[in-house]
Amino acid sequence: MLNIGVILALLGAVLAALCAGIGSSIGVGMAGEAAAGVVTEDPAQFSKVLLLQLLPGTQGIYGLLIGFVTLTQIGIMGGSSDVSVVKGMLYLVACLPMAFVGYKSAIRQAQASVASIGLVAKRPDQFGKAMIFPAMVETYAILALLISILAIFGIGGLAI
Amino acid sequence: MAVVSMKKALICGMKHDRGDVLDFLQRQGVVEISAGMEDDAVFQKKDVLSYKAADEKNAAQAQQALEVLSQYAPEKKGLLASFAGREIISVHQYEEMSSRCEETMDVIRKIMDLSKEIGESRGILPKLEQQMEELVPWSSFDLPLDFQGTKSTRAFIGSFPEEISPERLAQALSERTEAPVELTQVSASKVQSCYFLLCGRQDGQAVDDALKGLGFQKAPSSSVTPARRSKELEEEYSRTEETIRGKEKEITDLASWREQIKFVMDYHLMQAEEYGVLSELSQSKNVFLITGYVPADQVPSLEQALNQRFGVYTEFSDPGEDEDVPVLLHNNKFAEPVEGIVEGYSLPGKGELDPTAVTAPFYYLLFGLMLSDAAYGIILIVACAIAIKKCPNMEAGMKKTLKMFLYCGISTTFWGFMFGSFFGDAVNVIATTFFNRPDISLPPLWFEPVSLPMKMLVFSFTFGIIHLFTGLAVKLYTQVKSGALADAVYDVIFWYMFVGGCIVYLLTMPMITNMLELTFTLPAPVGIGAAIVAVVGFVGVVLTSGRESRNWGKRLLKGVYGAYGITSYLSDILSYSRLLALGLATSVISTVFNQLGSMLGNSIPGAILFILVFVIGHALNLAINAMGAYVHTNRLQYVEFFGKFYDGGGRKFQPFAVHTKYYNVKEDI
Repeated sequence: MLNIGVILALLGAVLAALCAGIGSSIGVGMAGEAAAGVVTEDPAQFSKVLLLQLLPGTQGIYGLLIGFVTLTQIGIMGGSSDVSVVKGMLYLVACLPMAFVGYKSAIRQAQASVASIGLVAKRPDQFGKAMIFPAMVETYAILALLISILAIFGIGGLAI
Repeated sequence: MAVVSMKKALICGMKHDRGDVLDFLQRQGVVEISAGMEDDAVFQKKDVLSYKAADEKNAAQAQQALEVLSQYAPEKKGLLASFAGREIISVHQYEEMSSRCEETMDVIRKIMDLSKEIGESRGILPKLEQQMEELVPWSSFDLPLDFQGTKSTRAFIGSFPEEISPERLAQALSERTEAPVELTQVSASKVQSCYFLLCGRQDGQAVDDALKGLGFQKAPSSSVTPARRSKELEEEYSRTEETIRGKEKEITDLASWREQIKFVMDYHLMQAEEYGVLSELSQSKNVFLITGYVPADQVPSLEQALNQRFGVYTEFSDPGEDEDVPVLLHNNKFAEPVEGIVEGYSLPGKGELDPTAVTAPFYYLLFGLMLSDAAYGIILIVACAIAIKKCPNMEAGMKKTLKMFLYCGISTTFWGFMFGSFFGDAVNVIATTFFNRPDISLPPLWFEPVSLPMKMLVFSFTFGIIHLFTGLAVKLYTQVKSGALADAVYDVIFWYMFVGGCIVYLLTMPMITNMLELTFTLPAPVGIGAAIVAVVGFVGVVLTSGRESRNWGKRLLKGVYGAYGITSYLSDILSYSRLLALGLATSVISTVFNQLGSMLGNSIPGAILFILVFVIGHALNLAINAMGAYVHTNRLQYVEFFGKFYDGGGRKFQPFAVHTKYYNVKEDI
């Protein structure tokens, strides 16, 4: 029998991992190019710019997190995969905040990271502040993660 | 436990003591020299920047020599080399080593010359290779390649850029000239054919023209036969290689000078700094003046030492109100490691409190909550402790950072046990997969955030509210201390009432408590009381936050806008949800790796896979999440916490000291 519910839920899990992962890889790549440029001039800044490069990488991890939590909830990682169509739909919707916000915020965060890498190149002593600008963007990825995760845990308890 | 108070120092001495006094002050590293007074008829500044430049040049040369040395004779470095810091030497050693400076400079120049010569020789090798290559097609030819012909004949030795047989060449030539030509093929390949052509001397010009039309190219000229020439080139090649090896060996033999060269580099860096200071000093014909700032607790020992050693006059006074006094922080052992974080934001400005002491406990707790894995915490503790223990000469800043991570590690371990996380759920996974005991797991001392995310969220918000209110309390303390009692009431107490009242009121609504999965709902009378407090706070904020405006209409509008600041409290509190998010990220990713590792079940390949995935996966997870915890702890401190009370803007105390790379000179007073 075709289990539409599981398919929908899996689609959600995969979307979260996919979009956030794509966003993060674009972001980390962009920041990496800028970081490599700085290191050619001043190798001593390596550890600082590496940290700034990795900042947009967390969205991918959050996407993985949502994907994984969904997989365990719908029983793909073991257990029974008995998911109704409505529940499957709910899981799909619950994953969307992480998918969309993860994708976009990783790229915007990377732009802030690139600017901060430029800042560190010119004024290495201002590293503490440079780190905060990209971290401000991440707040929204965290809020999306929060909503997705609360929704996914909540759906498990629903009797539909 | 605060900002160190500074004294203004004036040191006045005779010029012949100048160098010694400066050397002494540099080694002590407790005085920040400030620019002297304006030039006048008696005291002037002396420009010694050209000496500084010369020292900087020498230091740069020494550095280059060190780079050359490490290229040919790499230094053996331990795992902890980057933490090791500078070696401490005594003044006696310093003087002994500096007496050999000139000698070392000669060695440095020699290394640089050798490296330059090696570079030049290396440049010759490809040219020789190319010449040998060109001779290969001619190897069977037994005449010198620059052979022009005899008295009555003219010879052409060269190649055509294609494969051409003697018959075709003879035909092509006969089409262009009638002169008889004798031709011999020397060698042929797809891309070129080498020929030796001979004709009568009188026909030389005609044959030359004909050959040009066929794309003829003269062979590389040499006065000996190709075979001999080839041998000569080979000999030259190996000779050059030999020279390079010899010079490399010479450089390697000089590696024993490495420490001395390092010292020379440091020596010149110190000299350059000293000249930089010297050009700022006011000097008359016989007297020099040093002005600067000294931490108050260093004053007695410095004063005593200066007066004992040199015939100088010293005077220490309190800096004036409007002076730009540099800031130095001093805290107890527990808070000190976080000084670097405060400095990363900004040092306390004039009249501000040093926030390190209140920041430190929150810093450790927040970091621990975000990483929240006992095993990761233990790894952090052990790694930092080993590094600190093995490198006694570590730089102060590095030591502070490591100590900070050590304390963060302790907090991480604590929260890890509270939430029952040790490499995620590794205990349970290992017991289930390899020992078939699914009942064994590490029980949380408090609760497991993965199964009770709402509880963790409420805890995060509660922690956030405490953190923010502590920030406000610091503001209250500062304002009360500076006597601005009214401001304290307006800016802090009203906000406490407003925000606190709102929170308590929310907790009396069943809708909210259900949503947050709380087990209690405050009774309605409490709600009424809380609402009254909140309204009083609100009215207070509206009436007072625009108090600098005299016009009441304007003042009330500003007040309403000020009360709108409640939204920033809302977003500040929500921001602490990252404690839940990052905590979950650590534990869920650990779980992913543990599950991946246990996929092959209880078998030998299964165990190998498990160990591999476990080591790599958890190393990765630790690195990523420790970084995340560091960044987001900083953010919560800088944006949410400091935003409530701290502006900063102080200037760092930068004493005239030994700013070197390899050696640090210590002298006891």
